[in-house]
Amino acid sequence: MTPVATPFFFYLLSGIALISAIVMITKVNPVHSALALIVTLLACAGLYLMLYAPFMAGVQIVLYAGGILVMFLFVMMLVNIEHLYIEKMLNSQWRVGLAATAMFALLMLGALVKGAGTLPQHIVNSPENSNVQQIGLLLYGRGSGYYMFPFEIASILLLVAVVGAVVMAKRRV
Amino acid sequence: MLEIGTLHYLLVGALLFLIGMIGVITRRNVVIIFMSIELMLSSVNLNLLAFSRLYGLHGQVFALFIAADAAAEAAVGLGILIAFFRNRATVNMDEVHLLKW
Repeated sequence: MTPVATPFFFYLLSGIALISAIVMITKVNPVHSALALIVTLLACAGLYLMLYAPFMAGVQIVLYAGGILVMFLFVMMLVNIEHLYIEKMLNSQWRVGLAATAMFALLMLGALVKGAGTLPQHIVNSPENSNVQQIGLLLYGRGSGYYMFPFEIASILLLVAVVGAVVMAKRRV
Repeated sequence: MLEIGTLHYLLVGALLFLIGMIGVITRRNVVIIFMSIELMLSSVNLNLLAFSRLYGLHGQVFALFIAADAAAEAAVGLGILIAFFRNRATVNMDEVHLLKW
Protein backbone atom coordinates (compact mmCIF):
# COMPACT_ATOMS: atom_id res chain seq x y z
CA MET A 1 0.00 0.00 0.00
CA THR A 2 1.44 3.37 -0.92
CA PRO A 3 1.54 5.79 1.99
CA VAL A 4 -0.69 8.84 2.02
CA ALA A 5 2.09 10.90 3.55
CA THR A 6 3.22 12.51 0.34
CA PRO A 7 5.25 15.74 0.30
CA PHE A 8 2.42 17.56 -1.45
CA PHE A 9 -0.01 16.97 1.41
CA PHE A 10 2.61 17.89 3.99
CA TYR A 11 3.33 21.25 2.36
CA LEU A 12 -0.37 21.92 1.80
CA LEU A 13 -1.38 21.16 5.40
CA SER A 14 1.54 22.93 7.03
CA GLY A 15 1.02 25.96 4.77
CA ILE A 16 -2.65 26.13 5.75
CA ALA A 17 -1.72 25.74 9.44
CA LEU A 18 0.96 28.44 9.39
CA ILE A 19 -1.04 30.97 7.33
CA SER A 20 -4.17 30.66 9.45
CA ALA A 21 -2.06 30.84 12.63
CA ILE A 22 -0.66 34.15 11.40
CA VAL A 23 -4.21 35.28 10.56
CA MET A 24 -5.23 34.30 14.08
CA ILE A 25 -2.75 36.55 15.86
CA THR A 26 -3.24 39.49 13.52
CA LYS A 27 -7.05 39.83 13.61
CA VAL A 28 -8.61 42.47 15.84
CA ASN A 29 -11.90 40.65 16.33
CA PRO A 30 -11.48 37.58 18.59
CA VAL A 31 -14.28 35.73 16.77
CA HIS A 32 -12.30 35.87 13.52
CA SER A 33 -9.25 34.69 15.47
CA ALA A 34 -11.20 31.72 16.82
CA LEU A 35 -12.34 30.72 13.33
CA ALA A 36 -8.74 30.93 12.05
CA LEU A 37 -7.63 28.82 15.01
CA ILE A 38 -10.16 26.13 14.07
CA VAL A 39 -8.60 25.96 10.59
CA THR A 40 -5.12 25.70 12.11
CA LEU A 41 -6.13 22.90 14.46
CA LEU A 42 -7.85 20.95 11.68
CA ALA A 43 -4.73 21.24 9.53
CA CYS A 44 -2.73 20.00 12.52
CA ALA A 45 -5.10 17.04 12.73
CA GLY A 46 -4.27 16.28 9.10
CA LEU A 47 -0.58 16.39 9.96
CA TYR A 48 -1.23 13.95 12.82
CA LEU A 49 -2.85 11.60 10.34
CA MET A 50 0.26 11.81 8.18
CA LEU A 51 2.33 10.90 11.25
CA TYR A 52 0.36 7.64 11.65
CA ALA A 53 -1.55 8.84 14.71
CA PRO A 54 -5.23 8.54 13.74
CA PHE A 55 -6.42 8.44 17.34
CA MET A 56 -4.74 11.73 18.19
CA ALA A 57 -6.14 13.25 15.00
CA GLY A 58 -9.65 12.30 16.10
CA VAL A 59 -9.01 13.62 19.62
CA GLN A 60 -7.70 16.85 18.11
CA ILE A 61 -10.84 17.38 16.04
CA VAL A 62 -13.30 16.41 18.79
CA LEU A 63 -11.53 18.07 21.71
CA TYR A 64 -9.86 21.19 20.30
CA ALA A 65 -11.98 22.13 17.33
CA GLY A 66 -15.21 20.79 18.81
CA GLY A 67 -14.90 21.44 22.52
CA ILE A 68 -12.38 24.11 23.39
CA LEU A 69 -13.17 26.43 20.50
CA VAL A 70 -16.90 26.23 21.18
CA MET A 71 -16.11 27.20 24.77
CA PHE A 72 -14.03 30.15 23.51
CA LEU A 73 -16.85 31.35 21.26
CA PHE A 74 -19.33 30.93 24.12
CA VAL A 75 -17.20 33.03 26.48
CA MET A 76 -16.81 35.68 23.78
CA MET A 77 -20.57 36.01 23.78
CA LEU A 78 -20.50 36.61 27.54
CA VAL A 79 -17.83 39.30 27.54
CA ASN A 80 -18.35 42.53 25.71
CA ILE A 81 -15.87 43.02 22.87
CA GLU A 82 -17.37 46.01 21.09
CA HIS A 83 -14.97 48.55 22.50
CA LEU A 84 -11.94 46.64 21.22
CA TYR A 85 -12.20 48.16 17.77
CA ILE A 86 -11.22 51.61 18.95
CA GLU A 87 -8.36 50.43 21.14
CA LYS A 88 -4.83 49.45 20.28
CA MET A 89 -4.21 45.84 19.29
CA LEU A 90 -0.77 45.41 20.84
CA ASN A 91 0.09 45.80 24.49
CA SER A 92 2.57 48.27 25.92
CA GLN A 93 5.62 45.99 25.81
CA TRP A 94 5.34 44.42 22.38
CA ARG A 95 8.79 45.55 21.24
CA VAL A 96 10.53 43.74 24.10
CA GLY A 97 8.29 40.75 23.45
CA LEU A 98 9.19 40.58 19.77
CA ALA A 99 12.90 40.84 20.62
CA ALA A 100 12.57 38.01 23.15
CA THR A 101 10.70 35.89 20.60
CA ALA A 102 13.38 36.51 17.99
CA MET A 103 16.05 35.34 20.41
CA PHE A 104 13.98 32.28 21.26
CA ALA A 105 13.60 31.58 17.54
CA LEU A 106 17.39 31.68 17.16
CA LEU A 107 17.71 29.25 20.08
CA MET A 108 15.21 26.84 18.50
CA LEU A 109 16.89 27.11 15.11
CA GLY A 110 20.23 26.31 16.73
CA ALA A 111 18.71 23.30 18.49
CA LEU A 112 17.19 22.03 15.24
CA VAL A 113 20.41 22.49 13.27
CA LYS A 114 22.59 20.95 15.98
CA GLY A 115 20.24 18.11 16.77
CA ALA A 116 19.37 17.14 13.21
CA GLY A 117 22.22 14.65 13.02
CA THR A 118 21.30 12.87 16.24
CA LEU A 119 17.83 11.77 15.11
CA PRO A 120 17.57 8.08 14.24
CA GLN A 121 17.09 7.55 10.53
CA HIS A 122 14.98 4.45 10.90
CA ILE A 123 11.24 5.24 11.06
CA VAL A 124 9.01 2.71 12.79
CA ASN A 125 5.61 3.02 11.18
CA SER A 126 3.27 1.61 13.75
CA PRO A 127 0.26 -0.16 12.23
CA GLU A 128 -2.55 2.31 11.72
CA ASN A 129 -5.45 -0.08 12.10
CA SER A 130 -4.47 -1.09 15.65
CA ASN A 131 -3.40 2.38 16.80
CA VAL A 132 -6.27 2.87 19.25
CA GLN A 133 -5.74 -0.64 20.60
CA GLN A 134 -2.02 0.00 21.19
CA ILE A 135 -2.70 3.28 22.99
CA GLY A 136 -5.38 1.61 25.08
CA LEU A 137 -2.95 -1.16 26.05
CA LEU A 138 -0.37 1.45 27.08
CA LEU A 139 -2.99 3.23 29.17
CA TYR A 140 -4.91 0.39 30.79
CA GLY A 141 -3.25 -2.90 29.83
CA ARG A 142 -2.49 -5.53 32.43
CA GLY A 143 1.30 -5.59 32.65
CA SER A 144 1.78 -3.10 29.82
CA GLY A 145 -0.24 -0.22 31.26
CA TYR A 146 2.62 2.12 32.09
CA TYR A 147 0.34 5.14 32.16
CA MET A 148 -2.42 3.91 34.46
CA PHE A 149 -1.42 6.16 37.37
CA PRO A 150 -0.86 9.31 35.25
CA PHE A 151 -4.24 8.65 33.68
CA GLU A 152 -5.91 8.73 37.09
CA ILE A 153 -3.99 11.91 37.94
CA ALA A 154 -5.26 13.44 34.70
CA SER A 155 -8.83 12.58 35.63
CA ILE A 156 -8.40 14.28 39.01
CA LEU A 157 -6.89 17.29 37.21
CA LEU A 158 -9.94 17.54 34.96
CA LEU A 159 -12.28 17.24 37.95
CA VAL A 160 -10.43 20.02 39.80
CA ALA A 161 -10.48 22.17 36.66
CA VAL A 162 -14.23 21.76 36.23
CA VAL A 163 -14.91 22.59 39.89
CA GLY A 164 -12.53 25.54 39.74
CA ALA A 165 -14.08 26.94 36.57
CA VAL A 166 -17.57 26.74 38.07
CA VAL A 167 -16.44 28.37 41.33
CA MET A 168 -14.66 31.21 39.55
CA ALA A 169 -17.46 31.89 37.11
CA LYS A 170 -20.14 31.93 39.80
CA ARG A 171 -21.27 35.34 40.93
CA ARG A 172 -21.28 34.55 44.62
CA VAL A 173 -19.71 31.43 46.10
CA MET B 1 10.07 16.93 -4.27
CA LEU B 2 12.10 16.45 -1.15
CA GLU B 3 11.49 13.48 1.11
CA ILE B 4 9.53 14.49 4.22
CA GLY B 5 11.49 13.61 7.34
CA THR B 6 11.08 14.19 11.03
CA LEU B 7 12.92 17.49 10.81
CA HIS B 8 10.21 18.97 8.59
CA TYR B 9 7.56 18.24 11.21
CA LEU B 10 9.78 19.63 13.95
CA LEU B 11 10.28 22.81 11.92
CA VAL B 12 6.53 23.27 11.43
CA GLY B 13 5.99 22.67 15.14
CA ALA B 14 8.65 25.23 16.02
CA LEU B 15 7.11 27.82 13.68
CA LEU B 16 3.62 27.28 15.10
CA PHE B 17 5.05 27.57 18.62
CA LEU B 18 6.78 30.85 17.72
CA ILE B 19 3.61 32.29 16.19
CA GLY B 20 1.71 31.36 19.35
CA MET B 21 4.45 32.91 21.47
CA ILE B 22 4.26 36.16 19.50
CA GLY B 23 0.50 36.16 20.08
CA VAL B 24 0.91 35.56 23.82
CA ILE B 25 3.53 38.25 24.30
CA THR B 26 2.31 41.07 22.07
CA ARG B 27 -1.50 40.98 22.04
CA ARG B 28 -3.68 42.85 24.54
CA ASN B 29 -6.85 40.80 24.38
CA VAL B 30 -6.94 38.02 26.97
CA VAL B 31 -9.12 35.77 24.78
CA ILE B 32 -6.60 35.85 21.95
CA ILE B 33 -3.80 35.17 24.45
CA PHE B 34 -5.65 32.02 25.57
CA MET B 35 -6.11 30.94 21.96
CA SER B 36 -2.39 31.45 21.33
CA ILE B 37 -1.64 29.22 24.33
CA GLU B 38 -3.85 26.53 22.80
CA LEU B 39 -1.90 26.88 19.55
CA MET B 40 1.39 26.45 21.43
CA LEU B 41 0.10 23.30 23.15
CA SER B 42 -1.02 21.89 19.82
CA SER B 43 2.38 22.55 18.24
CA VAL B 44 4.04 20.69 21.10
CA ASN B 45 1.68 17.81 20.32
CA LEU B 46 2.93 17.89 16.74
CA ASN B 47 6.51 17.58 18.00
CA LEU B 48 5.60 14.67 20.28
CA LEU B 49 3.87 12.80 17.48
CA ALA B 50 6.83 13.36 15.16
CA PHE B 51 9.11 11.84 17.80
CA SER B 52 6.63 9.06 18.48
CA ARG B 53 7.15 7.90 14.89
CA LEU B 54 10.81 7.36 15.76
CA TYR B 55 10.68 6.02 19.29
CA GLY B 56 7.41 4.10 19.63
CA LEU B 57 3.91 4.88 20.78
CA HIS B 58 4.72 6.57 24.11
CA GLY B 59 4.75 9.98 22.45
CA GLN B 60 1.12 9.55 21.39
CA VAL B 61 0.09 8.81 25.00
CA PHE B 62 1.94 11.93 26.11
CA ALA B 63 0.13 13.93 23.42
CA LEU B 64 -3.15 12.59 24.80
CA PHE B 65 -2.24 13.86 28.26
CA ILE B 66 -1.33 17.26 26.82
CA ALA B 67 -4.74 17.42 25.12
CA ALA B 68 -6.47 16.72 28.47
CA ASP B 69 -4.29 19.38 30.06
CA ALA B 70 -5.22 21.89 27.36
CA ALA B 71 -8.91 21.29 28.05
CA ALA B 72 -8.41 21.83 31.80
CA GLU B 73 -6.35 24.95 31.18
CA ALA B 74 -8.95 26.43 28.84
CA ALA B 75 -11.77 25.80 31.36
CA VAL B 76 -9.90 27.40 34.27
CA GLY B 77 -8.57 30.25 32.13
CA LEU B 78 -11.97 31.17 30.78
CA GLY B 79 -13.41 31.02 34.33
CA ILE B 80 -10.71 33.49 35.43
CA LEU B 81 -11.50 35.61 32.38
CA ILE B 82 -15.20 35.81 33.27
CA ALA B 83 -14.39 36.69 36.90
CA PHE B 84 -11.95 39.36 35.75
CA PHE B 85 -14.41 40.81 33.27
CA ARG B 86 -17.05 41.01 36.00
CA ASN B 87 -14.72 42.99 38.27
CA ARG B 88 -13.04 45.29 35.75
CA ALA B 89 -15.37 45.27 32.71
CA THR B 90 -12.44 44.80 30.35
CA VAL B 91 -10.46 42.02 28.68
CA ASN B 92 -7.34 44.15 28.29
CA MET B 93 -4.11 42.52 29.45
CA ASP B 94 -2.55 45.86 30.47
CA GLU B 95 -5.26 46.25 33.12
CA VAL B 96 -4.22 43.05 34.88
CA HIS B 97 -1.77 44.56 37.35
CA LEU B 98 -3.20 43.70 40.74
CA LEU B 99 -0.14 41.63 41.69
CA LYS B 100 2.39 44.00 40.13
CA TRP B 101 4.51 46.16 42.40
